[in-house]
Amino acid sequence: MTMQEIIPTCSVDIFDFHGGIHPEEHKTDSNQQPIRLLGLPPKLILPLKQHIGAASKLHVEVGQKVLKGQKLADADGPFSVALHAPTSGSVVAIDDQLIAHPSGQTDCCISLIPDGEDKWCELHPCEDYQQLSASEIQTKVSEAGIAGMGGAGFPTAIKLAPSNLTNIDTLILNAAECEPYITADDRLLQERAGDVVAGLDILIQVLGVHQCLIGIEDNKPEAIQALRKALAGKNIRLCVMPTKYPSGGEKQLIKLLTNKEVPSGRIPADIGIVCQNVATVAAIYRAVRFGEPLISRVTTLTGEQIAERGNVEVLLGTPIDWMLKQVNYQSAKVERLIMGGPMMGFTLLHSDVPVVKTTNCILAPGPKELPLAPPAQACIRCGLCADACPAELLPQQLYWFSRAEEYEKAEHHNLFDCIECGACSYVCPSAIPLVQYYRHSKGMIKQQRENQLKSDQARERFEARQQRLERELAEKAAKRKQRAEAAAKAQAAKLAEAEKEPNPAVNSVPKAVIQEAIDRVSAKQTLAAEKVDLAELKLAWDKAQAKLDKMFDALDDAKANNPEQVDKLKRAVEKNQMRVNQAKTAWQKAEKEQLSQESALSQTNSAEIAQASVAKGKEKPDLAALALALEKAQSKLVKMEDALAQAADDQKEKLTRAVDKNKVRVEAAKETLEEAKQQANIDSRDQADGGKS
Amino acid sequence: MALLSISSPHSKGPQRTSLMMRWVVAMTIPGLIAQTIFFGWGNLHNVLWCSLVALASEAIILKIRQRPIAFYLNDYSALVTGVLLGLALPPFAPWWVSFIATAFAIIFAKHLYGGMGYNPFNPAMVGYALVLVSFPVAMTTNWATPLNLLEQGASIADTFAKIWSETALPDAFTGATPLDTYKHEIAHSLSDEVFQAPVFGRFYALGWEWVNLAFLAGGLVLLALKVIPWQTPVGVLLGLAIPAMILGWDADQSAPFMLHMLAGATMLSAFFIATDPVTSCTTARGRLVFGLGVGMFAYIIRRYGSYPDAFAFAVLLMNFAAPLIDVYTQPRTYGHTKAQRGPKAKERP
Repeated sequence: MTMQEIIPTCSVDIFDFHGGIHPEEHKTDSNQQPIRLLGLPPKLILPLKQHIGAASKLHVEVGQKVLKGQKLADADGPFSVALHAPTSGSVVAIDDQLIAHPSGQTDCCISLIPDGEDKWCELHPCEDYQQLSASEIQTKVSEAGIAGMGGAGFPTAIKLAPSNLTNIDTLILNAAECEPYITADDRLLQERAGDVVAGLDILIQVLGVHQCLIGIEDNKPEAIQALRKALAGKNIRLCVMPTKYPSGGEKQLIKLLTNKEVPSGRIPADIGIVCQNVATVAAIYRAVRFGEPLISRVTTLTGEQIAERGNVEVLLGTPIDWMLKQVNYQSAKVERLIMGGPMMGFTLLHSDVPVVKTTNCILAPGPKELPLAPPAQACIRCGLCADACPAELLPQQLYWFSRAEEYEKAEHHNLFDCIECGACSYVCPSAIPLVQYYRHSKGMIKQQRENQLKSDQARERFEARQQRLERELAEKAAKRKQRAEAAAKAQAAKLAEAEKEPNPAVNSVPKAVIQEAIDRVSAKQTLAAEKVDLAELKLAWDKAQAKLDKMFDALDDAKANNPEQVDKLKRAVEKNQMRVNQAKTAWQKAEKEQLSQESALSQTNSAEIAQASVAKGKEKPDLAALALALEKAQSKLVKMEDALAQAADDQKEKLTRAVDKNKVRVEAAKETLEEAKQQANIDSRDQADGGKS
Repeated sequence: MALLSISSPHSKGPQRTSLMMRWVVAMTIPGLIAQTIFFGWGNLHNVLWCSLVALASEAIILKIRQRPIAFYLNDYSALVTGVLLGLALPPFAPWWVSFIATAFAIIFAKHLYGGMGYNPFNPAMVGYALVLVSFPVAMTTNWATPLNLLEQGASIADTFAKIWSETALPDAFTGATPLDTYKHEIAHSLSDEVFQAPVFGRFYALGWEWVNLAFLAGGLVLLALKVIPWQTPVGVLLGLAIPAMILGWDADQSAPFMLHMLAGATMLSAFFIATDPVTSCTTARGRLVFGLGVGMFAYIIRRYGSYPDAFAFAVLLMNFAAPLIDVYTQPRTYGHTKAQRGPKAKERP
């Protein structure tokens, strides 16, 4: 990739942005001495997340010896950067530690005890870095762990590969450093302007831009001088702007240098602009040229409580209290440590938190230097805040809306275009902490949005479940119906076959089938009565047989003793023989008849069952209705419980009773449904059986 | 170490509400001096008396409302109301007229609406309008004759007697204002004759011109100090000047331009009364509209109404309109293609 031809910009006009303020600068407090090296602290604490995005992925173990510049953690995806050991030593702990955050929260940190040797790992310098491709440079920047060092900590590699790279035509170096007190970039430019300009060359090459602008406030004459020298012969435009806070705000700087505005809710890349911070650009150069990862930074230590005010080059992870000790920090009666400047910096809750990639200043103001704000008076709508607002908002309107918790109105008044620069609070004659109100409102609105999203999702889930349940019920019902129909059909077909010969009419008319069944039942009943007769017949036959046997004995006896009576007896025996035969045939006949009737009856039974199951199928819609009723009752109960949770004390009792009542209802509905379901199961099983038989 | 946790910004500019109020009071002094030079001790007495009443009323109503008295008295807003009423009321107005105007202004117009920052109407002008409509005689017959026209003006003792026991002073001590004179005379005379009246003096309005110029000077200082926004006074003066120039060419029909500018309460109203931030518009454009409205209403009432001067009514009428004007004069926020104006502006780009 060759160097792009840079077209010099025709205009060097500096435009203006609305509002802005001129707070006391206090720049000379700290920009008179050269950058000092602060040396090795006894312990380094390295948070895994020193940037915006995903925390770095751990690469080392407790107890491991590491060399200076060795990677401790990898970038976890593109929206993350790597982390390196600022010096050689051993990892003694990987655990949650306090970090520099307005809320005083903890985060996962690597604790490193330096071994004092400060021994570098192997680096990969690149002398002809001009020959590197854009993606190679992006990889180097990402691997070097570079994130925006101006304060936000945006992973720099992402800015080198914007999605609309072809539309990027302007690179802006933000050297405004508009916050009072901070002089880290000022000093860096004075001493290392060459690194910065070389870094700009790399960025111009990667982004392929046609225009490169440097925005710097006119209160840094030495830095401007150094830049002029370093820029000699280069087509990079140095734009010296009048000092006005917040000219270093990205949006304001873009307006100042290009007269373009970043559309609300968008980023500079959307209008073809990429902004970079001075320290970041210098770090990019060091990473690409020398392979040095980001392990230290220049930080301003200033404020009346610090005796040796100035800029120091400090290793990342250096505890702030150790650092303050090195510069003769005097603790004040009312102690305040501000990370960042007096306008947008935040107060630290603990002084033992470490320096991170975004720590550009530690301000320890004296009690009279930055006095605490007096108690807020009533807003008199003087409009000074609106005059000062660089976003051209109406701060006092936003304040009234925030106070009244009219968040919707605040949003319509573009609350989210507020950059929290603090200009409104600074000018407010009633000393109202306006920015604090806006932060609160923004937080509330974000929370409301999240809650809304959650409740929307919950509703969608509930509705989807409801639909699924209904669908399943309907499907079940349809299946059951189908099965029942199939069973009925099969049965009917069977019947028709069975009764084709005796009575074909039975097949076609179900009523006849039923009639037939009823007839069979009554036949069965009569058969039961006949069964008794059958036993009687058998008894009669047995009796007759026994009598006959006796008569044969008597006849034999008479043949031997009384011959006169033989004939008489013979006739009686014959007579009796006839009776026995009669009884026997009667019994046999009766028995045969009964058997045939029984077999006929058993055939009709299954038809009856099928008929009954058809009738039962009609109950299924009731089951669905019951389920629906249960759901309704349950959702009502949930609503009532919610109402109960939010209710005032005096209403609670009433609501509790109502909820209890409803609970009972839900239970009842559940039971009903369960019973119905069981019934339905039995029925369907019966049907299945019926269908099979 | 125990560290203090405070939300940013940690730096605070020098401007304070009480400082702004004190500047307003201080910058009325040139006007008050001019009034005293040309019209005697009446205004000075009224300023002191009204201030006293205002502070006392404020303290009492704060006590009743269970608010910290010293904290609120320290914002000097009650003092401003008292001073403005003292400057605006007729020099020889009886003590009870000033008392009613001031007490009503503080208790009703300010505190019953919620106190400092919450009142929709300019308290001083509510008090003024109340006594103007309630006691028209006291409010029209107690204007002082410029001292230049008298051999001997009313002494301090005379002034006190006039105000506190309503002892009749020699007729010469009181007289109609130039605006009043013009309004009554022009109906049956030509302007040349009207302006022969001694109250008009050599220039436009004897004494009044210097009083107005003194208020203008004080007002310009306030502008330079950014205590008041420029839009309101510019609006008021334009709103009055434009119709006065258009219609005032014929002095037989309408008061001439310079009379409108330098007679009556023009400069006091433009720089000290209409600029009350609480009851005015909050947007920059809105303030201009507000000022224009005040000026025009003042002209309309002066020209067509029955009152010779009309700033109290003009200011109150525009107080009504201020919230609506705000809705239609929203500025365009950075990064937005256009401003969201009107009540239903919910456009999202």
